Amino acid sequence: MKKLELVCPAGTPAALRAAVDSGADTVYLGFRDATNARNFPGLNFSRPELEQGIEYARSKGAHIYLAINTFPTAGDPEPWHKAVDDGAALGVDAVILADIGMLDYAAQNHPDLRRHLSVQASASNPEAINFYQDAFDVKRVVLPRVLTVPEIKALHKEISVETEVFVFGGLCVMAEGRCSLSSYVTGQSPNTNGVCSPACDVRYEDEDDGSMVSRLGDFTINAFAPGEAAGYPTLCKGRFVANGETSYLFEDPVSLNAASMLSELQEAGVTALKIEGRQRGKAYIAEVVSSFRKSVDGMESGAEVENDLTQVAEGQRKTAGAYQKTWR
Amino acid sequence: MNNTLVMGPVLFNWKPEDWRDFYFRIADEADVDEVFVGEAVCSKRTPFLDPFIPDVVERLVAADKKVVLSTLALIMNTREMNNVRDITASGDEDILVEANDVSATALLKGQPHAIGPYVNIYNEGTRDYFARNGATSICLPVELDLNAIGALAKDSPVPLEVMVFGRLPLAISARCYHARAHKLHKDGCQYICAEDPDGLDVQTLNGEPFLAVNGVQTMSHAYSDLSASVSDLQDLGINRFRLSPHANVDMVAVAQLYREVANGAIDAQEAHARLSGWMDGAAFCNGYIKGENGHTFSDAQ
Repeated sequence: MKKLELVCPAGTPAALRAAVDSGADTVYLGFRDATNARNFPGLNFSRPELEQGIEYARSKGAHIYLAINTFPTAGDPEPWHKAVDDGAALGVDAVILADIGMLDYAAQNHPDLRRHLSVQASASNPEAINFYQDAFDVKRVVLPRVLTVPEIKALHKEISVETEVFVFGGLCVMAEGRCSLSSYVTGQSPNTNGVCSPACDVRYEDEDDGSMVSRLGDFTINAFAPGEAAGYPTLCKGRFVANGETSYLFEDPVSLNAASMLSELQEAGVTALKIEGRQRGKAYIAEVVSSFRKSVDGMESGAEVENDLTQVAEGQRKTAGAYQKTWR
Repeated sequence: MNNTLVMGPVLFNWKPEDWRDFYFRIADEADVDEVFVGEAVCSKRTPFLDPFIPDVVERLVAADKKVVLSTLALIMNTREMNNVRDITASGDEDILVEANDVSATALLKGQPHAIGPYVNIYNEGTRDYFARNGATSICLPVELDLNAIGALAKDSPVPLEVMVFGRLPLAISARCYHARAHKLHKDGCQYICAEDPDGLDVQTLNGEPFLAVNGVQTMSHAYSDLSASVSDLQDLGINRFRLSPHANVDMVAVAQLYREVANGAIDAQEAHARLSGWMDGAAFCNGYIKGENGHTFSDAQ
């Protein structure tokens, strides 16, 4: 079996160098605007930074994928088209796209530019994946975080494109690209603005009894007892009341960590492993990437290497998420 | 220009007999032009509805309603895929199929079909691709504002549709939150979502109404009421308006109300006042279409 490709995030040139130096086969990144799904202040790449990043990655034998994975605004497709044009001109190894209009544009205008399907397209079944391959010659699909490992294996019997799966980092519990929870509360949407639960709408408020509540827009997302560690109020990781009970209704504040399932994923037919976290700093990137580098290299010699990334995981807790059926 | 009123598919897990009787009553009494029938949310519900679909379709067709068969929004396994393959294969020129996932648009390529609000059509490039693929109507995603809708409606080769009434479908997941709220898993869900025919209310920690859970789907707590924007939408060239069925309000009356709004027979404030009167205590929203937070409501036109 071919060695698994390790696809790692970078939100800054420093993070890109850290990822490459720590053993990333590929770094994925986006331009500094709403064309990518991690459109956070101070993050992402200018055109000259991308050019230098490509040069650095090439010098170390690594690849660069450019994520242009939001859905262009009606009436203003130009920034998205320009992102594809510039990515092609600068020589990225692939563009990661979600929107059908964008795939159409890229296939017609840059037929030789390798196209990957973003997780934001939520292609979770063979008919959808084969459609993207037939219509736009997509070479790889990043699978949404909704499938179990046996489902991924079954899927591979009916498709011939490569697949890439998330193995570590933030965990969308809703099918990606099909979630408007953030815009319902804040007006800002992952699909159109490239942000979820944006920081500009977050407030932490101290209560009289020493506790603290976290709010997103007009709504309380969580509350913390005095001394309890307060997490970021990502909408789907909050505590809510339903059926008379208070709980983390959608998901606990956990991170995805599928490090113990790499062999299973490879046997299921997966080509590449993806680490989430373009918003993360270079130290985090270096730690996570080196750990997965060791795990992937360990598979070659038949030794499964468990990682110990609990300390860097959200809420210091991890889950194998949808890869295990009981998660549902 | 003619207005087309569309009754969207029932999104909730109603008792099969109630589900059938709802559609019978829509056939007999509701002033709607098109009626969408079939499960879009959870594949576990389909075996219960399937035996009733032929009778429902027959009754609607006999009442001169155009019937469209709806399909699942999230397809993750072979059983679900085959369900969608079967439905798309059963459509014909009289009874169209609604695609709610890209897979169904692929299966329906080259034949007339509807596209539901779960397929991401945010811009002209995607709209035109699906028009070339054979789509004859497109229900737009719920989070678009009037500017985006206007840009999409301009020179559109295919009629566009906007959902104007009902709890907004905001997200879909592999995980069942209805089951989770009852400490169950999806596999052993006991079909607990049937307990909440309009969705399970979700509140924040300080008791504010927030969202509603419908099995694997997460919806707005507030009911979308876009009556104040119907004339703006008409000015932009939108003439298809979708009503999403609820159990806690008379949908025949809701259809009549929106017909009057679309015909200009009553103004939006009157329409909203009537709706509020019928749905005691319900919260409403129309923020998305005004380019604001989706949950907000303003009755300004």
